[in-house]
Amino acid sequence: MTYESAAAFAQTSGLIYFVGIFVAVCLYAFWPRNRIRFDAAAHLPLIED
Amino acid sequence: MAATTVPKHLTEGEVGLGLTLLVGAFLCALASARAVDAPFGIHMAVFALAGFVGVAAILKRYEGRPAESAPQEIDGRPNYNLGPVKFASIAAMAWGIAGFLVGCIIAFQLWAPALNLGLEYASFGRLRPLHTSAVIFAFGGNVLIGTSLYVVQRTCRARLAGDLAPWFVVLGYNLFIVIAGTGYLMGVTQSKEYAEPEWYADLWLTVVWVVYLLVFLATLWKRKEPHIFVANWFYLAFIVTIAMLHIVNNLALPVTVFGSKSYPIFAGVQDALIQWWYGHNAVGFFLTAGFLAIMYYFVPKRAERPIYSYRLSIIHFWALIFMYIWAGPHHLHYTALPDWAQTLGMTFSIMLWMPSWGGMINGLMTLSGAWDKLRTDPVLRFMVVSLAFYGMATFEGPMMSIKAVNALSHYTDWTIGHVHSGALGWVAYISFGALYCLVPWLWNRREVYSLKLVEWHFWVSTLGIVLYITSMWVAGIMQGLMWRAYNALGFLEYSFVETVEAMQPYYLVRALGGVLFLIGGLIMAYNLAMTIAGRTAVESEAVPAGDALPGAAGLAPAE
Repeated sequence: MTYESAAAFAQTSGLIYFVGIFVAVCLYAFWPRNRIRFDAAAHLPLIED
Repeated sequence: MAATTVPKHLTEGEVGLGLTLLVGAFLCALASARAVDAPFGIHMAVFALAGFVGVAAILKRYEGRPAESAPQEIDGRPNYNLGPVKFASIAAMAWGIAGFLVGCIIAFQLWAPALNLGLEYASFGRLRPLHTSAVIFAFGGNVLIGTSLYVVQRTCRARLAGDLAPWFVVLGYNLFIVIAGTGYLMGVTQSKEYAEPEWYADLWLTVVWVVYLLVFLATLWKRKEPHIFVANWFYLAFIVTIAMLHIVNNLALPVTVFGSKSYPIFAGVQDALIQWWYGHNAVGFFLTAGFLAIMYYFVPKRAERPIYSYRLSIIHFWALIFMYIWAGPHHLHYTALPDWAQTLGMTFSIMLWMPSWGGMINGLMTLSGAWDKLRTDPVLRFMVVSLAFYGMATFEGPMMSIKAVNALSHYTDWTIGHVHSGALGWVAYISFGALYCLVPWLWNRREVYSLKLVEWHFWVSTLGIVLYITSMWVAGIMQGLMWRAYNALGFLEYSFVETVEAMQPYYLVRALGGVLFLIGGLIMAYNLAMTIAGRTAVESEAVPAGDALPGAAGLAPAE
């Protein structure tokens, strides 16, 4: 394995890995059904028991 | 209703921990007797003593406690375990003062080296790690452990898991601090920055840290609140990552099990990379993720506003933890580290700017609708200024990681200025804000003893920070420019000692800034002590009634 092929592999897989994670996180964060849950969670520190 | 009498007996945990401590104490006493160097002998004696004291404390606690274990709930409300949190809060304040004081001493030593008094114990090389460890691990660590054990209970609506385990964590962690600090004074170090303690202290910290992780996870496991609050994610990332970093960076072989000296298993540039992978993530996960957890709980609580965008907090979390771990190589620009690794570290450092500012904006915007409180509430002001410093430091950091900028800044006092704008401005200020909130809640007081003193603390220490960072910027950039100045014949323009001489006035300004910061810390310690003692200053009456103050519920008279 040459330096060039190792670098190409690392760069491509790194790009896919990080973009994949970012897209997954954004989908989770912005999924419409999660909205109510997250809005409630934003108030969580304020609830007294 | 007849009370059911349960025969009182030692729990499995009490027997197990007691026996373990007893065996450990005997082994340490044995090692102390056979020690090949004096510091190791002293440290093993301290461990043995701590073990015996621990056994005695378990028995004493058994005598005083009721037969049943503490109830999980009282009248349908969680019975929070606040003892360990109280201990950590007081310990944080005490270590903070010690750490700031040692920082002032070494700052004056740089201005006038004779102030080391010719003593090895007071030399800069030994006091410097004492300062860094005292402020980062002793002050910051106790703030993180204390607030995490508080926040995880409140946001899970569940009592802390474990009976003795939470106490083992806070006391064991502070024992580690004592071993580390006294070790530096006696010259025990493995010479890894921010990871100076030797192998036996590292092993002890590993045990304590794993118990900490288990207590945290077990509390999350028994939560009554279905959603795991974002602060707990940040705390968990901090605990897990520090465990990983600590273990890998401290892989070492002791020369003998009866001596303090060890050698790391990695060598050369591999060792350097492991060290800065550790070192920068100590910044990322200890000094950032953990304190962001504090931000996500304490800022909404104090401002009485919900988190500005919970969705942003999720993106903030995942982006931050996945990027920070790659940034370490920027500490090794222009070294034997391969060029591609340096570029990788630089690239990730620059990308980190985005999640950092996302988090800062989320914290600041949480005040929307409550900005007026900045005028009246100095505690909230501490937190907001901490976020401003966080934003500044996380802009400056990526900029300094760029190789061309780093060529000027590296090894100069600019780095020291940068670190302190993050450490004093961000980490210490968010901690001060959190402690000013936490202490009244823990001791059931309506508010701190005196908000006027908080105001004084704020302005005195802010002036200190400004003096500190501006003098270090000027000194550092001047130093870097002098190092790289050539004359017409291609020779270096300045000798090294000329740069030292040029920096001397700035060292004095820096030391004075540090003294102001220390004075602020002393004001705070007095204020918190009076709060705990239950005193109220006269001026506190004038404070606008923020009725349902958190934690004040317990103060309401029963009838």
